[in-house]
Amino acid sequence: MSFHAVLRNGVKSVFLRFEEALDTPFGGDDNPLRHLGALGLYLLWIVVGSGLYLYAVLDTGIDAVYRSIGELSSEQWYLGGILRSLHRYASDGFMLVMLLHLVREWCYGRYHGFRRYSWMTGVPLLWLAYLAGIGGYWIVWDQLAQLSATATTELLDWLPIFSEPSARNFMAPDSINDRFFTMLVFLHLGVPLLLILGLWAHVHRISHVDYLPSRRAMLATLATLLVLSLLKPALSNPPANLARVPGAIGLDWFILFIHPLTDLSSPALIWTLLFGLTALLFALPVLPRPRPQPVAVVDAANCTGCDRCLADCPYAAISMAPHPRRPGLQLAVVDADLCAACGICAGACPSSTPFRRQETLTTGIDMPQQPVNALREQLEQALAQCSGLRTIVVFSCTRGADASALAAADTAVIPLLCTGMLPPAFVEYALRGGADGVFVSTCRHGGCDFRLGDRWTSERLLGQREPHLRKTVPASRLQLYPAAARDSSTLADALAEFRARLETVSGDRLPPYQRKAP
Amino acid sequence: MLKPTAIVGQLILYGAFAAFIGYFSTSPKYRQIPDDIALIKLSISHLGDRECRKRTPEELAKLPPNMRAPMECPRERSDIRLEVDFDGQPAFRTVMHPTGLYKDGVSTVYKRFELKAGKHRVAVRMNDNLIKPGFNFSKEAEITLVPGQVMVIDFNPDRGGLFFK
Repeated sequence: MSFHAVLRNGVKSVFLRFEEALDTPFGGDDNPLRHLGALGLYLLWIVVGSGLYLYAVLDTGIDAVYRSIGELSSEQWYLGGILRSLHRYASDGFMLVMLLHLVREWCYGRYHGFRRYSWMTGVPLLWLAYLAGIGGYWIVWDQLAQLSATATTELLDWLPIFSEPSARNFMAPDSINDRFFTMLVFLHLGVPLLLILGLWAHVHRISHVDYLPSRRAMLATLATLLVLSLLKPALSNPPANLARVPGAIGLDWFILFIHPLTDLSSPALIWTLLFGLTALLFALPVLPRPRPQPVAVVDAANCTGCDRCLADCPYAAISMAPHPRRPGLQLAVVDADLCAACGICAGACPSSTPFRRQETLTTGIDMPQQPVNALREQLEQALAQCSGLRTIVVFSCTRGADASALAAADTAVIPLLCTGMLPPAFVEYALRGGADGVFVSTCRHGGCDFRLGDRWTSERLLGQREPHLRKTVPASRLQLYPAAARDSSTLADALAEFRARLETVSGDRLPPYQRKAP
Repeated sequence: MLKPTAIVGQLILYGAFAAFIGYFSTSPKYRQIPDDIALIKLSISHLGDRECRKRTPEELAKLPPNMRAPMECPRERSDIRLEVDFDGQPAFRTVMHPTGLYKDGVSTVYKRFELKAGKHRVAVRMNDNLIKPGFNFSKEAEITLVPGQVMVIDFNPDRGGLFFK
């Protein structure tokens, strides 16, 4: 195993522990570590919203800019002061969340194949975010702004891009003029606009994007930042004076850490680190990686053009095109570059019902590595071999908790690429084929490797999404259980509990169904 | 409905998030240079000299009327030699090269020096035409630096060449 793989797995293990630990107080929907992208976007909207007000009241000019921002905190603390603090703290939160998002996606190995585009478009956003953040501090034109402006231009001057050192603009108090701030404000507006445009590109190849976290998480985050703004309002340092070096100063380490780092090392080392890290991030998707899985395949004869696969695909890999042989009908088309090979489309296809009498079950859209026909044969075989008082069929996600240890004479375990590939009719088929209960082990909420597998599975089986499980199927004989990779023991307990519950259930058996003559 | 333990857990974690953001947004404090140090910034941006030649009347007559400039100057600028001494000790020696593909742009230098606050003798010498020996610009003065002061060494031919600010 390569050093990179060892490092990635180590960080993943730590990250997973934190992520799963936060499930206890937050639950999957509100767990911030499971929705870092959405949380980052939400923080960005707070930054944008508060920034619009600050822009409206800002006077551009060497003295005016410092005075107008200072007055926000001193004379209008209840609105301008709070918005200014929100602007700062939400920016810091955004940086933190953005870096956590990057680390999470990296350690989970989510940077190659169908995710390559999102990864590649995400890397430049790091530069834009820091550019916007550093520029924002300059606008205040206090001692911190002076320190940052001088340090940044000195760092930039190491690159052979300017004919004259840009640091000359900050040599003496008379070096800068009012126009500098007008330009700075436009830059501080322009770069975040580019960032938002970049974010659109970052997510536009996936569907059902979580643009915002849950309502509860949003309210709690906003309340947290508001309390922080009241307890510790963001204030200006003494005004900039280019004739003197600022003394000890409160530095925003989330955004301006690069300045002490440069002072400790050298501009050459910092640029090498920055360019090297960026190149490494861009190179990650082309480093050796697992062989891609076979993608979904459409069978034109069995595709009805219902577009449920289109609606459910988490990565917008499916589009609809006119059916070549059936005028007026449509046909699903799979974009192999975008397909995650999760099988969620096969689970969404109405033709995937096992009750069809075909000897070989051919569905509209299927996974070559685990076709629906093989799944039906596996289920039929398992049901035939099962014995005992209470027989249970366990459908489990191979990326969630390992359910193989649950297999027993009275328990059949069928692993799936993702539980989202389970057509709901299979639950009824299992029950009518002799099972006493069906246990579906999904990933934890928000923890699906394919983003939406656990959500679609729950919604389909609870009758909230098409294709739905028929209402005639007794709810008492179905158990959905979210379990992460380390939840094998709790999975066994949940299965035992389900089995015990089944013992109390009687009289709601579905009529038996056998596709083949006995 | 959230359980009370979950609410308490969330409060603790959101509080930790706020404390983390609140602390590192201004702390720990950073000091770029020690208390008793002052800064001297050497920043010069200057076009090196060039050797021009006066055209003879015959040469001028051969040129089209609109191009009869009396002097013929090469495009390329000279390198600039610069020396800085602090308290009689050499602190910086460099030769600045002109920018531009044709070496016709300005020669620049930017450098920071950290000195103990107090009295210092600063000497700067510059030669902007290396065909000629020696230094055609120089400035020497005793200065008193206070802690945290930024003093600039710059060059402006309109202000008499090298100057301290």
